[in-house]
Amino acid sequence: MPTMLEVTDLGHRYAAKDGVYTAIDGLSFTVGSGELVCIVGPSGCGKSTLLRSVSGLLRPTTGQVRLHGNLVSGVPADLAVVFQDYSRSLFPWLSVQRNVEFPLRRALGRAERRERARQALEQVGLTGAAGKYPWQLSGGMQQRVAIARALAYRPALLLMDEPFASVDAQTRFELEDLLLRVRREQDTTVLLVTHDIDESVYLGDRVLVLSKSPARVVADLTVDLPAERDQITTRESERFVAMRAEVARLLHSPPAEVAAPARERAGAVVGE
Amino acid sequence: MRRAVRGLLGLAGLLALGEVVGRSGLAPEGYLPPTSVVLTRLVELLGDQSFVLDVVATVLAWAIALGIAVAVAVPLGLLLGSVPVLRHGTRAVVEFLRPIPSVALIPLAIVVFGMGPDTKIFLAVYAAVWPILFNTIYAMDEVDPLLVDTARSFGLNRGQVLARVVLPNAAPFVATGIRLSASIALILVVSVELLAGAGAGIGKFILEASSGSGRMDLVFAGTLVAGVLGYLVNAGFEGLQRKLFAWSATTGEVPQ
Repeated sequence: MPTMLEVTDLGHRYAAKDGVYTAIDGLSFTVGSGELVCIVGPSGCGKSTLLRSVSGLLRPTTGQVRLHGNLVSGVPADLAVVFQDYSRSLFPWLSVQRNVEFPLRRALGRAERRERARQALEQVGLTGAAGKYPWQLSGGMQQRVAIARALAYRPALLLMDEPFASVDAQTRFELEDLLLRVRREQDTTVLLVTHDIDESVYLGDRVLVLSKSPARVVADLTVDLPAERDQITTRESERFVAMRAEVARLLHSPPAEVAAPARERAGAVVGE
Repeated sequence: MRRAVRGLLGLAGLLALGEVVGRSGLAPEGYLPPTSVVLTRLVELLGDQSFVLDVVATVLAWAIALGIAVAVAVPLGLLLGSVPVLRHGTRAVVEFLRPIPSVALIPLAIVVFGMGPDTKIFLAVYAAVWPILFNTIYAMDEVDPLLVDTARSFGLNRGQVLARVVLPNAAPFVATGIRLSASIALILVVSVELLAGAGAGIGKFILEASSGSGRMDLVFAGTLVAGVLGYLVNAGFEGLQRKLFAWSATTGEVPQ
């Protein structure tokens, strides 16, 4: 499996009131082409900083990100992001159809844009809502629109920042299965950040467990569940239960040998 | 519907009160003409060519002033809103100019523009520029950073983000500024006609009716026309805004 994404020794520091805050530090991992990798970490560990660095929205302080071999500086052309807060990431003045067409304006003609948007909306089960506006839809439907927009763009890498954290439990299950279905249909590579352990195991081919801030990778687990997953039978299977326990344990008390990488680390807050 | 009925009832009450007070003899003869007399004058005036020309002159001056104010304030607001250095650099000047009441500039405007319609247009522009300018500057800050990130993540550069995200997002705020300024410009046009005199206009009509003959029935009829114009201007812009920016004004009932 060729490597799609390669993150090497990534670090980011912010200037803070009392010195420098290190959000992430020395993060390294790879994502293979066609893989769905979940990143799970304690809240506030710098997951969003990591995602913003990978997407090119944020320039990392140290390290580098490579997308199919090319160094990422600025936002790469074949990447899409789905954010947690769908209500703030859809353009309220555009209809659902126009929202989905939004990223296609530069590259495609009108007829082609229409067709792509139609397909993407069909994929997420929103064919009837094309003419509506985001504020006329429920939260779950709005997030479907955001997913359709990302799919219509046909990115090589789809980044998702806690995409299902703001919808109710039932909708969340539906959207998780929707994601699994469309990434199979479209063979998309997905990097998904979540704070939900069950979700990371349920969705992922692999689960990367991050430490508390400054975030480092404490474990890289392959999820050896069958590719075909089901909200009831998968979640009650012995293997699923064992894996979620393993991830929980890693999150709770990261193993000491992984927690001490080659370079010496300062604490979360480094004085100047 | 019920609100409209209640509004009309209130209006009818006011007119009835005007009729009663006018006929009661509380005020000296001719000072407070009863509603029926005022309305009769109004109907007569609407058939009077020179009065209609006065109304046209006022509306025309108002439209030109508002057009100029929009053409000046929107681009300036976009510029100041997107370049913080310029915005901070001009703040002191703006804060000095803004509180000056437009009518205080009448003598200056007459010296510069003479007694023609240019004077009232200039003063109306002066007053109307500020709400549009401030709303436009403010609107540029109001864009949600996540919308900008979303656009950037799809590879849009700064200029494209401005054109496709920041400007559409700012439009309802700018429209609110224009609506406020529309009313202000009308007030200014009529005020200047009244205070400084003019070749034609509702204000000039009211001034002449009150000063020479002291015809209060004509004064009230002219005032009524000015009031109706102001109401129409505001209601028209409000309706337009609701139609164009439903996405912004609505609280959005979310179907589950």
